[in-house]
Amino acid sequence: MAEATRMVDIYIMGRHYQVPEGLTILTALEHCGYRLIRGCGCRAGFCGACATVYNFKNDPQLRFDLACQKTIEQDMYLVQIPFFPAATASYNLERLKPTGEQVLALYPELVTCFGCNTCTKTCPQELEVMWYISDALRGDIREVGNKSFDCVMCGLCAARCPQGLAPHNIALLCRRLRGRYLAPRSKHLDDRIAEIEAGKFDAELEELERMDEAGLRRRYAERDIEPA
Amino acid sequence: MYPPYMEESVRKVEATRQRRLKERLPRLSDEEKTALVQKYHPDFIKQSMRELLLGPNKGERTPNELADLLEGNSRVDPDKIDLGKIDYDVDVLVIGGGGAGASAALLAEENCAKVLLVTKLRLGDANTVGAQAGTQAADRPNDSPAIHYLDTMGGGHFTNIPELVEALVKDGPSAIKWLEQLGVNWDKEADGSMHELSGGGASRRRLHSARDYTGLEEMRVLRDEMKNRRIDYLEFSAAIELVLDDSGQAAGAILVNLETNEVILVRAKTVVLATGGIGRLHIQSYPTTNHYGATADGLVLAYRVGAKLIFIDTMQYHPTGAAHPVQILGQLVTEKVRTLEAQLVNKDGEQFIMPLEPRDVVASAIIRECQEHHNGIETPTGQVGVWLDSPMIDIIRGEGTIARELPAMVRQFRRFNIDIAKEPMLVYPTLHYQNGGVKIDANGATTVPGLFVAGEVSGGVHGRNRLIGNSTLDLFVFGRRAGKAAAQYAKEVKLGALTLDHVQRWQRELEQAGLAKVRPVSPLLLPDYARRMPDYLSDYSKQAVSVGQVKLA
Repeated sequence: MAEATRMVDIYIMGRHYQVPEGLTILTALEHCGYRLIRGCGCRAGFCGACATVYNFKNDPQLRFDLACQKTIEQDMYLVQIPFFPAATASYNLERLKPTGEQVLALYPELVTCFGCNTCTKTCPQELEVMWYISDALRGDIREVGNKSFDCVMCGLCAARCPQGLAPHNIALLCRRLRGRYLAPRSKHLDDRIAEIEAGKFDAELEELERMDEAGLRRRYAERDIEPA
Repeated sequence: MYPPYMEESVRKVEATRQRRLKERLPRLSDEEKTALVQKYHPDFIKQSMRELLLGPNKGERTPNELADLLEGNSRVDPDKIDLGKIDYDVDVLVIGGGGAGASAALLAEENCAKVLLVTKLRLGDANTVGAQAGTQAADRPNDSPAIHYLDTMGGGHFTNIPELVEALVKDGPSAIKWLEQLGVNWDKEADGSMHELSGGGASRRRLHSARDYTGLEEMRVLRDEMKNRRIDYLEFSAAIELVLDDSGQAAGAILVNLETNEVILVRAKTVVLATGGIGRLHIQSYPTTNHYGATADGLVLAYRVGAKLIFIDTMQYHPTGAAHPVQILGQLVTEKVRTLEAQLVNKDGEQFIMPLEPRDVVASAIIRECQEHHNGIETPTGQVGVWLDSPMIDIIRGEGTIARELPAMVRQFRRFNIDIAKEPMLVYPTLHYQNGGVKIDANGATTVPGLFVAGEVSGGVHGRNRLIGNSTLDLFVFGRRAGKAAAQYAKEVKLGALTLDHVQRWQRELEQAGLAKVRPVSPLLLPDYARRMPDYLSDYSKQAVSVGQVKLA
């Protein structure tokens, strides 16, 4: 006989439930009968919709994670983060300069960061949020992009910042500046676009489109394959 | 860390690694591929599909789960909807907030249309953000759109619609450039050339990546650009029926606010449908990589206004869904892992398939290895899988490659104390993509005037099997084309009176076929994973359906 599933005690908005071990916070909510509309997105750790806060019965310290990725533990107290508005600058990327002054002009509250590091401790992706905010203050836009690259934009950092900064939005601005203005140009890409516009491949494509299936299969089987 | 009995198998994988570093399995021939797929691919399990009894694709086969929804009952009672009370009046209505929808909205706005984008979750909650490996575009000197064309046709078993593939490969490089101009950060070498990798079924290195967060990076930027251009969007507002005008042109949609059940009527001169995929239908009970809202709504909406669907009898099962631990069952293990030269091996550490065959071929080989050869590894929860030997990547390409190229994968497995630089991942096919969809032309136009379609909900671009990196490319190429074409169409069209006669006709046909009582309501909108409590409700209580009849459950 299969071993009986071990049950875990959890508390959703303070109410006690027992759920089988091995569930995530998200599937534990569903096991308890919740049908989610908000607070659930890709269910795979990429979209940031299920940002969540929890602590434990005898440990008031708040912890943060993505509900779809975090496994439940004994005596967890769960809540879902409701929507809250975070500071978002409005801009036209084409009119911006990739400088620290530009970032400060759009997000002047940057200077109020006093380095409490709550943002870093909050990040479910374990990013060095406070350090990239300090990079932004120094105008090192490349490094903000680098350190913030894996951000899923869940906004937990902004929810916890005592100074009302929205680090995830500041980082997004910096990444866009980096991609648009600071990344080295790709000459081969521009060349190829020009070739396509000049019609360089039209005859060959037309030939392939007119080819019957047997001919296409032959060409496909014969094509040379570049090593991965 | 795996349970001890699985660790024993991992030791065998380690023991064969040195030999396998030199072992190159040959690619399968055309005939071998066909035989493998037809014997083991889930699409070929006969009883998993049935013929449609109604509608534009009557007589054609599709998975039972989709057939039920396509033949479903409307959520709307047309007699209760006041078509005179218009809540939003726009030029272009975009339904769907993923990569295709956002691209369409941006291009429609650029072409001077008044745009409204509606989505049933949040803007950007879409399969786009889960795309990890990259976006294909033939921009390296040894590559060409013609080679990309050939790879794509071969991957699709030569069933793809040629004009759509031509559009895909010719627009590829300019789509990459467009995204970069908007601020997408592509992985590059120091001299500016793109850092490109190959993929299953591709004969050139042409995957443009942003670490293994490619789709997320693309979506973050498109979403921000939409907000900066102040394009209107409504979240948690699901389209439940398209509206036509009295001459049969698409003219808007009925939406429902998922939180309040409020019904919203949008009149639009043209509609772009970009609702994405189908994974949450769990075809054949497979787990899925798809996001919470991937429930085939767009197929249902389009079908009910008479749009023709194609290739709806073929789904893509991604070869490498996580099989362990159970918390991430079915979630995507990106193909980039194989692109970086990790091999697939069985419980004894032996290879059984060339890892970079097209997806349907690799998935079939894994199913054969587990179900017929019994060379898989069973997990404590009864899942079966094979090893994807990731540590080979750092051995071949140098220590640190995994950390640099696969941060999302590292993070996902680290949560469960599995270091993918040191230990392999257990994988099994998972439902990933809807190969077919609404039939379109190269501008996304459908058989219904004024209805444009882009992205995963469309069909024909990928034939019967999509290649890696062609899905995100599809979003931007056809999203942009549909957005532009819709804006132009909106300038010329004259709308007549709005009507839901097609819904009434549909319900009559369902009644006459004796199906109305046995089919569910559709579109599904969201899957229902909530555990059901014992039913105590009286019949009276169940009759109390709210206004508009759009209740979720």
